[in-house]
Amino acid sequence: MPGLEDLYREIILDHYRSPRNRGELPEPPAHRVEGFNPLCGDEVVLYLLVEDDKVVDIRIAGQGCSISQSSASLMSAAVKDKAVEEVRGLIRTFKSMMSIHEARLGDGDEPDSGEATAEDEPVDLAALGELAALQGVVKFPVRIKCATLSWNTLAQGLDEVEKLAS
Amino acid sequence: MAQVNRAPTGSGPLDVERIKKDFPVLAQSAHGHRLVYLDSASSSQHPQAVLDAMDDYYATSHANVHRGVYALAEEADRRYESARITVGRFIGAPQPEVEVVFVKNATEAINMVAATWGRANLQPGDAVLLTEMEHHSNLVPWLMLADERGLELRWIGLDDGYRLESSDLDRLLDGVKLVACSSMSNVLGTIPPFARLAEAAHAVGALVVADGAQSVPHLATDVHAMGCDFLAFSAHKMLGPTGIGVLWARAELLESMPPYLGGGGMIRDVRRDGFSPNVLPWKFEAGTPPIAEAVGLAAAVRYLEALGMGQVRAHEVSLTAYAQRTLTDRFGDDLQIFGPEGTEDRGGVLSVAYRDVHPHDLSQVLDQQGVCVRAGHHCAKPLMRRLGVTATARASFYVYNDFSDVDALADGLEMAGTLFS
Repeated sequence: MPGLEDLYREIILDHYRSPRNRGELPEPPAHRVEGFNPLCGDEVVLYLLVEDDKVVDIRIAGQGCSISQSSASLMSAAVKDKAVEEVRGLIRTFKSMMSIHEARLGDGDEPDSGEATAEDEPVDLAALGELAALQGVVKFPVRIKCATLSWNTLAQGLDEVEKLAS
Repeated sequence: MAQVNRAPTGSGPLDVERIKKDFPVLAQSAHGHRLVYLDSASSSQHPQAVLDAMDDYYATSHANVHRGVYALAEEADRRYESARITVGRFIGAPQPEVEVVFVKNATEAINMVAATWGRANLQPGDAVLLTEMEHHSNLVPWLMLADERGLELRWIGLDDGYRLESSDLDRLLDGVKLVACSSMSNVLGTIPPFARLAEAAHAVGALVVADGAQSVPHLATDVHAMGCDFLAFSAHKMLGPTGIGVLWARAELLESMPPYLGGGGMIRDVRRDGFSPNVLPWKFEAGTPPIAEAVGLAAAVRYLEALGMGQVRAHEVSLTAYAQRTLTDRFGDDLQIFGPEGTEDRGGVLSVAYRDVHPHDLSQVLDQQGVCVRAGHHCAKPLMRRLGVTATARASFYVYNDFSDVDALADGLEMAGTLFS
């Protein structure tokens, strides 16, 4: 049975208490994008500065629970100064870390069906660095949406930036 | 209302130690702790008597109602209609056999009023008066009808003590056709002076809808004393099953309203060119109704009546006072309770903010201690905006809660405080 220590790791509490890259960026040149979690009223506002296919700067505003806020903070530190393609890869890896466990939890005690799916691919936790601290969230299915809120918002923001540039 | 006076044992008006044993779900543990259920404002638990009544119905008496001429169907019919009388008497309905309409839940009851009485009687420009503390179920049906019909919606505000602002009620009521108000807030616990509000509404010719989802389970209810024209409530908040609720309305109002859903059971005759509706209350009960659920609701009503609604209220007043005292003593200014001080005009619902710990995190830490509270906007987003928060953590009490449950709540809050300090 998962305990609170699985959810509230020290890194998570640290990012919750002292969020990184908090604030706003002037727009333009930055792009502003909002995300909401209707379940708990959490909201995240991202300011993205993308230059030459690179996330040059990122700032985070909004409010929410420790999981949504720390996830956003960890994400900001992880994607800053990274190429957009690399960031997209990180979003995919993070979301698969969240969904792989979600899928297994959904199976309950059922043995694996044996069918290979995308979700069965191993997640490269090493590539996630500090973000791997959030993997405990998947043992608390209700909170997965908290952890993925900022990531979905980032993906949406990058899509919008791409559309504006084309 | 029938009240069974029993010698109170223990320290309170109810023998909670004995009552807890009636609720099988409370015997289990959660995360290695005893289950402390503090979310009855959302949905309450079931005594064995309710489960037995429904089991017995399915095991011995199930057939469709209102159709069969065989003994089994007659027995199903008898239990279903007898449940209607039991429930009607519980709320002081003058004519329970025609005025109690079984619906899905309080939400459906209010939607039915909006869709039938509302569409038949409200014209563009007509005003409907609501309050800032309503649940979405008593807001969205009126917002939908306002969009459709071009109605004006007005709002009774809240004062700083979380009570309805009454100073400009006369101005707000001027020209109003309908007042829709909760008889107990699901977030604040506020019990408004319903009878006075209804009297003022009737004085200007308006009708009154009472959202009784929170009050009927916890307060002795008399529709005549309340002065409401419509009363909506749900079984699952009063120890009964999900899937059934009640719309009560005066018979002449129900007579005047067009039917809601069309189908079997709600008609007297159907021709190729039209239909004529059935008599009350079946005119509003299209399709096979929730028969076992009606039987379960009646059993829940009998359970509450055996405890006595006066004792239920006294018990919750005592628990609420203990909770207010305990939380204030232990947490001081770190904890804010969104709701009236005292216990006189509030129910056993405590919405709290604790330091700046997010309600979702509070509820998560409490869950690890086996304490179930609700975190979120409680389907009252306009109220959340009025309070200046996005969410609260809410503990709510019922007959099976005692002082030790309040202590478990306080211990869990302290733990959350330490974790997030």
